[in-house]
Amino acid sequence: MNQVNPIPGNIMFDGPMATKGYPLNKMCFSFNNVQARESFLANEDAYCESFGLTEEQKKAVKNRDVIAMLEAGGSIYYLAKFAGILGLNVQDVGGLQTGMTTDEFKAFLVQQGEK
Amino acid sequence: MATIMGGIATSHIPAIGVAMDKGLEQTPYWKSFFDAYPPVREWLYSQEPDIVVVFYNDHGLEFFHDRKPTFAIGAAPQYENADEGWGIAEIPPVTGETELSWHIVNQLIEHDFDITVCQEMKVDHGLTVPLTLMWPGHQYGHIKVIPIAINCERHPMPKPSRCFDFGKAIGNAIRSYPGEQNVVVFGTGGLSHQLDGQRAGFINKLFDLYCMDKIVDEPEVLTKLTNFDLIEKAGSQGVELNMWLAMRGALQGKLTERHRSYHLPISNTGAGLQLLATSDAVDVNQC
Repeated sequence: MNQVNPIPGNIMFDGPMATKGYPLNKMCFSFNNVQARESFLANEDAYCESFGLTEEQKKAVKNRDVIAMLEAGGSIYYLAKFAGILGLNVQDVGGLQTGMTTDEFKAFLVQQGEK
Repeated sequence: MATIMGGIATSHIPAIGVAMDKGLEQTPYWKSFFDAYPPVREWLYSQEPDIVVVFYNDHGLEFFHDRKPTFAIGAAPQYENADEGWGIAEIPPVTGETELSWHIVNQLIEHDFDITVCQEMKVDHGLTVPLTLMWPGHQYGHIKVIPIAINCERHPMPKPSRCFDFGKAIGNAIRSYPGEQNVVVFGTGGLSHQLDGQRAGFINKLFDLYCMDKIVDEPEVLTKLTNFDLIEKAGSQGVELNMWLAMRGALQGKLTERHRSYHLPISNTGAGLQLLATSDAVDVNQC
């Protein structure tokens, strides 16, 4: 994958990022299972610890900081399962990453059809 | 020999499944999107398909990074779906097919595509949303489905040119299968969207329309793109065009475009629907 000219605002999820993000993504993969979601909600710190998240990943999870989770190696497909626990949809997550409210983000999506 | 009647490319956005569950099809947000589907369904039913081959990507339901295949095919009598963690409703199991699956596997290996074979696998919204769109009310039980998963999540992922050739090899395999089955091929996902990063919300209508234009008679133009090009032009999840290219690769000869429509935004995405009939299709009125 040519990353000579990185795309602004895009965090390429490649092999090294998958290595870095493995514990975080593995935890989020577990959220396919409802019991796992309940365990996380019952004791978030212990649940993160049981997957061996790095300090950077734990902090990003605690702060619900999507960009920090991506930078810590999170893959959006697994983070979406985490967002589900928080009751957030992909427009909410879009807003969180771009500094917009959900309504502003939705309006932004509509605007792109008007170009 | 088995016959490929045509290919259908459709978005597989989870929100579509949720909207169908809630009966929102005729609400202002959704109406024009859902109104595009009845003519495509009408054509599909007129072909009396026995088997549907679905190119899709798993979004972290069946495959995790501990063992993530680049290309995988199901060879199971049945496929379950599941709650994916954010509340998509579970739907009845999908009927599988094993004999044609194994034939495809043998032919793929013979032609240097060393594919992963799954005799048990869960299928996610990438496969179930298109099935539900084509057979509303979950009336797809009579159709035998062959799931084919392409890695679109973690780089490196197969190149557009490789996905097109992969589809070609599968098309050739289907056409060499001794039987009278009618087969339709689905390419699911896309078109442009980006869920992650500060670039989230990126959609490129002009590029999407260009892809829908070229895929009919000049798909080779699209196979010259790299995955990096796709991310740049269509967003990080725009690489799902690779499933459309695999579908297109499976079709050969003179094609008739029977339907094309595009809606933006559906969720965070430019949602395309396209129907390409082969010369073997049963002739019906223009959709």
